[in-house]
Amino acid sequence: MTLVTFTLANLVPADPAQAALGERAASDPAIVAAFREAQGLDKPVVTQYLVYIGHLFQGNLGTSTQSHNPVSQDLSVAFPATAELALFVIVFSIIIGVGLGTWAALRQNRFSDQLFRVLSLVGISIPTFWLALAAFYVFFYQLRLAPGTGRLSASLQAPPRVTGLYTVDALVAGQYTTFFNALSHLILPGLVLILYTVGLLVRFSRSAVLDVLNQEYVLAARAKGLSPSRVVFRYVLRGASLPILTIVGLAFGSLLSGTVLTEQVFGWGGIGQYAYKSATTLDLPAVMGVGLVVGVVYILTNFIIDVVYGVIDPRVRVQ
Amino acid sequence: MAKPPGGASDSRLELEADAAATAVYDEVQDDRAGGSGGSAGPGGSGASGVSFSALRNRLRLPPTFRRPMAIIGMSIIVLWFLVAIFVPWIAPYDPLAQQFDRLQAPNAVNWFGTDSLGRDVLSRTLYGARISLPLALILVVASAIIGSVLGAVAGYFGRAVDEIIMRFSDLVFAFPTIILAMIVTAALGPSLTNAVIALLLVSWPSYARVMRSMVLGARSREYVVAGRLLGFSPFTSLRRDILPNVAAPVLVLATLDFGNAILLLSGLSFLGLGATPPTPEWGAMVADGVQQFSDWWLAAFPGLAIFTVVVAFNLVGDALRDSLDPRTAGAVQGVKI
Amino acid sequence: MAEYSADTQPREVPPVAPDARGLRLRGLTLELGAKGAAKQILRGIDLDIPAGSITGLAGESGSGKTMTGLAICGLQPAGSRLGGTISYTGPRGSAPNLLALKPRAMNALRGREVAMIFQDPTASLHPMMTIEGQLTDGMRHHLKVSRTEARSRALALLERVKVPEPATALKKYPHQFSGGQLQRISIAIALSSEPSVLIADEPTTALDVTVQAGILRLLRELCDSLDLAVLLVTHDLGVMSALADTVTVMRYGEVVEHGTRYQVIREPRSEYTRALIDALPHPPAEEGSTPAPGALPPTPTRTDLR
Repeated sequence: MTLVTFTLANLVPADPAQAALGERAASDPAIVAAFREAQGLDKPVVTQYLVYIGHLFQGNLGTSTQSHNPVSQDLSVAFPATAELALFVIVFSIIIGVGLGTWAALRQNRFSDQLFRVLSLVGISIPTFWLALAAFYVFFYQLRLAPGTGRLSASLQAPPRVTGLYTVDALVAGQYTTFFNALSHLILPGLVLILYTVGLLVRFSRSAVLDVLNQEYVLAARAKGLSPSRVVFRYVLRGASLPILTIVGLAFGSLLSGTVLTEQVFGWGGIGQYAYKSATTLDLPAVMGVGLVVGVVYILTNFIIDVVYGVIDPRVRVQ
Repeated sequence: MAKPPGGASDSRLELEADAAATAVYDEVQDDRAGGSGGSAGPGGSGASGVSFSALRNRLRLPPTFRRPMAIIGMSIIVLWFLVAIFVPWIAPYDPLAQQFDRLQAPNAVNWFGTDSLGRDVLSRTLYGARISLPLALILVVASAIIGSVLGAVAGYFGRAVDEIIMRFSDLVFAFPTIILAMIVTAALGPSLTNAVIALLLVSWPSYARVMRSMVLGARSREYVVAGRLLGFSPFTSLRRDILPNVAAPVLVLATLDFGNAILLLSGLSFLGLGATPPTPEWGAMVADGVQQFSDWWLAAFPGLAIFTVVVAFNLVGDALRDSLDPRTAGAVQGVKI
Repeated sequence: MAEYSADTQPREVPPVAPDARGLRLRGLTLELGAKGAAKQILRGIDLDIPAGSITGLAGESGSGKTMTGLAICGLQPAGSRLGGTISYTGPRGSAPNLLALKPRAMNALRGREVAMIFQDPTASLHPMMTIEGQLTDGMRHHLKVSRTEARSRALALLERVKVPEPATALKKYPHQFSGGQLQRISIAIALSSEPSVLIADEPTTALDVTVQAGILRLLRELCDSLDLAVLLVTHDLGVMSALADTVTVMRYGEVVEHGTRYQVIREPRSEYTRALIDALPHPPAEEGSTPAPGALPPTPTRTDLR
């Protein structure tokens, strides 16, 4: 993982020194040389990589050439911001998406099924950044219902850090004004992302449930004379849980992509915005830091999904 | 045997049908596909009914495209491609000429208003089709070809080749598409060409995966083994026996991916990593709207353009997939709980 | 159709008293598909399934025999239309026509009065639920028994169907059993709410020949001891001749032959039945007109008519 981010960042044909120092300074060879030495850019690439790995094990991700902060410090601010948004979105998306998908499958080809299918198609077809902008325009600019950009209103202090998630930290500290303010900031970007994720989940959970409905064990469960809701919750959803779980994992991945654009519009200050800033300024340590965080999240997500697989399916447990 | 009651298709009943339900399912399908006289329009009796079904048979569309949603999608796509081709004759003004008052709301002269440089938003939106559609097409075709070839090779030869290709695609998968593309474009410098290259890098693995799993499935089929026993070389076998049988799912994936390609391209342009000014690219135009976001028309119309194209491709892709995979199709007998 | 109906004379159905316990199908029809282009699956089935005997229903794939079984349970595919009557007389009550029941009433009756077992136990048991969960679900719903009571009933049921080590079996999942054991478990599940009618849809088709006999013997034994009305749906005339008391042969949704086992196997009236019997590799051994309970053919014949 580190190797890939590192290689990728170093394949860059543009000169990071030039990007970091700006036009004027970059024309002075002395300054450039000093910068290169400070960043270790004068050494061979392999050495650079080994140094980077060495620092990594000490928790040192290097120093951002843009913010001049340690990358780990920047990330520790940006990561919880994205995590808060992503968790908010994924929790509600699972509830809404799987619910509607199951409903659609049970009402196959009836009106509600058609309606949910079209809505989910719309959800995955709307450009996120455009929807974010439209939502911002309507609810903030026109209706004045939503708060402005950022995670908190300017008048409020961030709650004392426990998890870095403002809503949770505010609750822990008992600052209810801050909690509701942070929540109100979450809602609009959250809804924008939820629409997309729900769109994905409705489509896939619908087809997963349809698959299960055609299984003989569902017919057998109905032959027992159980109530319809009991058949759905005990037999159908349990049977469809594995494919749905897989899709939730995928949706979480695409959610991280979606946040990049949404964060941009809402000035969220999360990983997405940080990645954008560092990529456009060729801030290599920061880019590699982002790559690392994203990679770890991916591996962690897959790990969690594998664990849950084992919990719900005895056949996986055996192997 | 006595004359079967349901018409010619009844003979299939004893040949193929596994259970009564399947037999009926077959027949319902046949009736729909055949467009027989019985299903001709309401009140379509006598001569008018006959001519109606005859007309329908002449204008016969593949069944996939006969669902209303697919028809809507297909019409939108055709419309946008026509716009892309004939835009110099359709667009009212030059998309680059700064010839109007700045930031005019939509009015009789400029239906979609004007932007901060006094350019006509309608003309720019229409010209945007010339940018996004061909680029998305190139992107999808190229990544489908690259991904399928790599996936087919990985699946057919297995072992080390498979390992290398699939590990590589796993790595690409691990990154959120747009972050990876963002890094690549930022590195190469912002331009539409570089955006396409960056997206190419991140979009081939899904094709490779689909192709690989299907080739793996097809490889051990008897007709492939028979071909190999006849002395076909691995490449001949891949080309003659395997690829024709696995091409359809890749086609569906490509159709569904087209919408995605448009979204990603415009997303990168929105971030300022794709189209450079003054190119009338949809994503970049929406980004202009961020700067002047009280002037809603700047972002609304190009965004709508992206949305309609993407929805259209998703509708058609859905219909294609349903026709390949009857489990998700509408015609399957529903299970009532 | 014509040639079969022509040589099927109206024939003496083994007499069943009108108030006898069991199921009585009269003129059962089922059609599927849109109103205009509907397809007739069942074209008027008359069938008696009396308590304490095994009624065999034979026919090729697509003849409508499985659909008959499903229709009795009210499990016909969505969008199908039923006609005729199915009357039920049981120890706890009776219903003049199951088809006229409201969905809720039918649901209460299904599993409780009329239970069903399916062809492939590896498919009809939920792969992700323990045997205990699946075995107690029905009785906890219908009989409102407590969890501990349900468990002890489940143990007794597994013993009854001769599943070894019932206590450990309850904790296991379907993939840990063989097909024959799973079918025994399916039978236990079907009997869990003490029904009086059991519909067995190809209960041995998916099993190894060696374990088929055991399942068939179990069905016979349960039928006799519990006074069950069993409908045995199968395409396998070998199974049929070993187990069924009366045999009904279906084709294209119609009854083409009906009679006692001896009559149908030995003196088939219809050409079609004769063709089916001639297709058997070994003509079924038949010892008399009144079959001994549990009698099995010396060599189990498994004939796939498809």
